[in-house]
Amino acid sequence: MADSTYPIPGPLETTPRRWSQAAVLEWLNSWVVTVDHKKLGILYMVYAIFFLLVGGAEAIAIRIQLIQPNMHFISPQVFNRLFTMHGTTMVFLVGMTYIFGFANYLIPLMIGARDMAFPRLNALSFWLTFFGGILLYYSFIGGGGLYGQGNAPDVTWWAYAPLTSRAFSPGHSTDYWALSLIVTGFGTIGAAVNVIATALCMRCKGMTLMRLPLLVWLNMVTAFLALLAITPLTAAQIMLLIDRYLGGHFFDTQAGGSAVIWAHFFWIFGHPEVYVLVLPAFAIANEVIPVFSRKAIFGYPAMVAASVGIAFVSLGVWAHHMFTIGMTSVGNAFFVLSTMLVGIPTGIKIFNWLATMWGGKIRFATPMLFCTAFVLQFLLAGLTGIMLAVAPWDWQLHNSYFVIAHFHYVLVGAIVFCIFAGIYYWYPKVTGRMLSEKLGKWHFWLFIIGFHVTFDVMHIPGLLGMPRSIYTYGADRGWGTLNMIVSIGGIIQAIAVLVFAWNLIWSYFKGKEAGNDPWDAWTLEWATPSPPPAYNFATDPVVTSRRPLWDLKHPDDPDWKYE
Amino acid sequence: MSTVATVAQAEHEQWVQPSKGRVAMLCLIIAESAIFTIFVVAYIYNIGRSLYGPTPSQVLDVPLFNTIALLSSSLTIWLSERAIEQNKVRTFGLWWGLTFVLGAIFLVGTGFEWNKLIYHDGLTISTNLFGTTFYSLVGLHASHVTIGLCALLIVLLFTITGHVKEEHAERIQVLALYWHFVDAVWIVVFTVVYIIGR
Amino acid sequence: MLTKCLRCVFLSAKSWLLLATVFIWQTAFAEGPSATPSIFAPASTPANSIYGLSLFVLSITGAIFVTVAGLLAFVIFRFRQHGQDDTSEPAQIYGSTQVELAWTVIPILIVVVLFLTTARMIFAIQDATKPKAALDVTAIGHQFWWEFNYPKLGIHAVNELHVPLSNPESPTPTYIKLLSADVIHSFWVPQLAGKTDMIPNNVNSTWIDPHHPGVYVGQCAQFCGVEHAKMLLRVYVDTPDQFAAWVKNQQQPAVNDASVAEGRHVFETQACMNCHTIAGTAATGRFGPDLTHLMSRDTLASGAMANTKENLREWIRNPDTFKEGSLMPAMQLNDQQLDQVTAYLETLK
Repeated sequence: MADSTYPIPGPLETTPRRWSQAAVLEWLNSWVVTVDHKKLGILYMVYAIFFLLVGGAEAIAIRIQLIQPNMHFISPQVFNRLFTMHGTTMVFLVGMTYIFGFANYLIPLMIGARDMAFPRLNALSFWLTFFGGILLYYSFIGGGGLYGQGNAPDVTWWAYAPLTSRAFSPGHSTDYWALSLIVTGFGTIGAAVNVIATALCMRCKGMTLMRLPLLVWLNMVTAFLALLAITPLTAAQIMLLIDRYLGGHFFDTQAGGSAVIWAHFFWIFGHPEVYVLVLPAFAIANEVIPVFSRKAIFGYPAMVAASVGIAFVSLGVWAHHMFTIGMTSVGNAFFVLSTMLVGIPTGIKIFNWLATMWGGKIRFATPMLFCTAFVLQFLLAGLTGIMLAVAPWDWQLHNSYFVIAHFHYVLVGAIVFCIFAGIYYWYPKVTGRMLSEKLGKWHFWLFIIGFHVTFDVMHIPGLLGMPRSIYTYGADRGWGTLNMIVSIGGIIQAIAVLVFAWNLIWSYFKGKEAGNDPWDAWTLEWATPSPPPAYNFATDPVVTSRRPLWDLKHPDDPDWKYE
Repeated sequence: MSTVATVAQAEHEQWVQPSKGRVAMLCLIIAESAIFTIFVVAYIYNIGRSLYGPTPSQVLDVPLFNTIALLSSSLTIWLSERAIEQNKVRTFGLWWGLTFVLGAIFLVGTGFEWNKLIYHDGLTISTNLFGTTFYSLVGLHASHVTIGLCALLIVLLFTITGHVKEEHAERIQVLALYWHFVDAVWIVVFTVVYIIGR
Repeated sequence: MLTKCLRCVFLSAKSWLLLATVFIWQTAFAEGPSATPSIFAPASTPANSIYGLSLFVLSITGAIFVTVAGLLAFVIFRFRQHGQDDTSEPAQIYGSTQVELAWTVIPILIVVVLFLTTARMIFAIQDATKPKAALDVTAIGHQFWWEFNYPKLGIHAVNELHVPLSNPESPTPTYIKLLSADVIHSFWVPQLAGKTDMIPNNVNSTWIDPHHPGVYVGQCAQFCGVEHAKMLLRVYVDTPDQFAAWVKNQQQPAVNDASVAEGRHVFETQACMNCHTIAGTAATGRFGPDLTHLMSRDTLASGAMANTKENLREWIRNPDTFKEGSLMPAMQLNDQQLDQVTAYLETLK
C-alpha cells in the first residue's frame, strides 16, 4: 500500500493449505508455541467453551439427581464431588478464562497495537491456567483411582474450615482443590498484569485514556481487581496446605485457631471475584449495544467512573456472605450498607444501556438479542441481590436455593448471555465467517426459555426452606414438583448449547464470508481484515475520538466535534 | 477512503505513555501486597491466641542487625541505580554486589534465628498458633528475598562478564523496585512480629 | 416474526406469574406449622419480623422492576429498526448531566431508606433483651445429628427439640446457644427464625418464641460432610402441659426392663456404649446421640426415617441403608443379637 490508509480493503491473499502430515504437525506446533495474542485468545476461548460443556454436564447430573425426592441416580459422595467441581470449574475454568480470551484477542486490536505488552508472559499465563485445570480434573482418576470416585474435591467450592482439615477430609480431594487453584491463580495474575500494561502503555497515537473503548477500560479495571482479589485466595490456600501438611494451626479450632477467619479470607477473595467475572460481561455489552442501537454509548465518563466505583466498593462488601456466621449487629449493619452502595453504580450502568438504546434504530441480530436479554436478567439479578443484602432476610435466604437462583441469574443470565453475544459479534472477525443467524436464533430462544424455566422457578424452593448442597430431600417437603420443573429447564438449556456448538463448527466451514466490518461498527478492530494478519495493522493508526471508524464514515459529523 | 483527518495536529504532540516494565512491576507489587496483607492480618488476629507452647516474648530476639543489613541494601541498590544511569558500570557493579551481600547476610541471619528457635526453643510451624503464623509470615518474606537475590545474582554475573550497559538502566530500575518492595514489606513484618506482637 | 415471538414470551411470562402465584399461595402462606417450611409462614417473632421486612423490600424492588423493565420493553418496541433498507443513523446523544444526576440521586435515596429499615431490624432481633422467663437450651451440632441440652432442667435431648409455646402478651422465648463439636453447621427452622451458624470454638446464639403449637421442620444449612442432606431438624412447640410432661419424662433415667436383659447385654458388650449414653447404666459414650429416651422420638437418625421397629433394626444392622456415610459403623451383629438389642432399645421410652 502506498499510503497509510485504513481499513485495508478486501481479504489478504493467503497461500492455500496442503494437509500433509508435516503440515498438520507444524500447524499443531504453531498453536503450542504461539505468543500471538490472537491465537492465545482463541486458546483461552476454546478452553472456556470446553469446560462450559463439562461443567454443564456436571450440572445436568446434579439436576437429574434432584429431579424428584429420594432419587438414587448418584451416591451422596459422587453428588458432593459433582457440585463442588461444577462450581469450581465454572468459576475458575470458564469464568476466568473467557475474560482473558476476549481481553487478549481484542485489546491490542482495539488500541491499535501489534500485540500485548508481554507476549511470552501471555503464553506462560495461558499454559499455567491450562495445566491447573488439568490437575483439577485429574483428581477424578488420581488418588483412589477409577475404582472409587477418585479424589475430586467434595468440600463445596468455598471449602469452609474445619471441614477441609486432615481430620474431616482425609484423602486428597482438598489438596487437588487447593493446588490446582494456586496454579491457575498464578496464570491469572500474569494475564492481569499483561492486560494493565498493555492498556496503559501500548495505545496508538491520539488514544488518550478517555478515548479507550469501554471494553478495554472494563478489562483494565477487572485486571486491577483480579490482582487484589486472587492473591487472598492463594494466601488462604497456602495456609490450608500448611495446616494439612506441615501441622499448622491457622484453622485448627482445637489449638485456638479460627474457622471464621477462613470464611473471611475466602470471601475477601470471593466477592471481588464475582465482579472480576461480571465486569468483562459489561465490557461486551458496552460494545454490542451501541453498535446495534446505532448510537454512541450514553454517558461514557459515567460508565468509566461507575466501573471504577464498582471495583473499589466491591472490595468492602465480602461479609455479606457471612451474615449468619455470628458477627455483631454493627458488623452486619456495615456490610448491609456497603453491599447496597455497590448497587448504585451498577444500577447506573443499566440506565446508561437503556439510554443508549433510547432513540436508536435497534437491529435485533443475535448478538443484540443476547444483550437485550442480559439487561433484563441483570436487572432481576441485581434486585434479588438487594433482597439478599437485607441481612435479616438473608438470615432466611442464605445457603438456600434462593441464593443459587440469584447467582445463576448473574452467572448465566448476565455473564453467559454476554459471552454468547460477544462470540456472535466477534466470531466473524476471528474466523472471517459469519455465524448462522438462523441457528443463532434457535440457540437464543431455546436458551432463554430454558434459562427462565430453571432459574425463575428456582427462587421458590429457596423461599420454601430448601437449603443448598443437599443430594436429596424428603417427599413431604413439597419441593418435588418445583425441582422437576427446574431440571427440565436445564435440559432445554443443554439442547440450546448443543445447537450453539454445532453453529460454531458448521459456520467455520460454511458460514457467509464476513469481510472487514460486517456489523458497520466503529472501533479499530473492524479496520483490519477478517481474520487479522499476524501484525494486526500495516501502519500504526492515529485516532482523534472514541469511535475512529465513525469519524471516517461520517466526516461531516465526527465524534471529536462533540466529545 | 481518505487518510485520517487531523494527522498533522496529532503529529506535533509528543505521544508519551508509561514504561511497561515499570507498570508491570507495580502491578506485581500490588498483587504481592495483597498476599502479604492476608498473612499479616492472620498474624495480628492470632496474637495471644496460642493455647500452649512458647510465646513471642519468651523466644523472640529483635533481629536488629539483620534489619539494618536489609534496609541498608535498599540504599546501596539506589546508589547502584544512580551509577548505571550515569554509565559508571564499575561503580554500579560494586554497589550491586554490596546489595547482594547485604541481602545474603539478612537471609543467613534469618537462618540462624530459625535454627535457635527450632532446636533451642522448640518452636516449629506445628508447635502452636504463634509458630504457625510466625514461620508462615517470616518465611513468605524470606522466600521473596531469596527470589530477589537470585535475580540480583543473575544481573551481577552479567555485569562481571561485561554485558550490562547504560541502556539497561531502566530494566535495572524495575528490578530495584522489586527489591525496595521486599524491604518495605520487612518494615511491616518487623513492626508486627517483633514490636507489636511481642 | 420477532414481534410474534416477543408477544409469545410475554404471554407465557404472564402465565408463569399466575402459576407461580398459585403455587406459592397454596404452600407458602400457611398458618401454623407446615411440612413445607416456608419463610412466608412465620410462627415466631424473629420470623415474623423478617416476613414483614421482606414484604417491604419486595414492594420497593417490585416497583423498581416494573419501572425499568417497562422502560426496556418500551424501548425494544418503539426504537427498533423498521425495514432493512433504512441505513440512516439516528441522532447521536452522548449524555445528559441532568438525567444522569437524577438516576444517581434517586437510587441513593432508595438505599438510605432500605438501609435504615434493615439496620433497625438487625438491632431489634440480634440485640433483643432476654426476658427472665426465657428457657435456655444449648444446641451442639455434630456430623450428622443434633444435641440439645437443657442445663437448668438437667435434660440431654437429641434431634427433636421441644420448646414451650410462647404467649405474645407474656412471652416465654427459648434462647438457644449454638455450638459445634466438629465442623461448621447451621441451625435453620424457617418458620421460627433465620438461620445461625454453629461454629467450633465459637459461641453463637439465637432465640425463638413460637405462637402456634405443633411440629416445625428445618435442617442443617451449612454443608458439613457426606450426609449433610439428612441432618434434619424437628422443633416440637408444646403447650405448657405437654412441655411439662415431656420434661418430666426426659429427666427420668432409662427404663430398666428385666425382660430385655440379653439385649442390654449385647448393647454393653458390642461396643455400643463407647459412643452412646443410656442414663442410669454403664453406657456413657459421648460421640453418638444419647439413647436414654430413644422411643420418645418420632424419627431416627435426625429425621432420616420414621422411628419403627423395622427401621431401627435395619439401622443397627447397616446404617448405610438410610444414611450412606454416616459415622455409625455397622457392628456386624448376627440376627439374634440384632433382635435382642432392638427389643432392648424399644423399651427406652
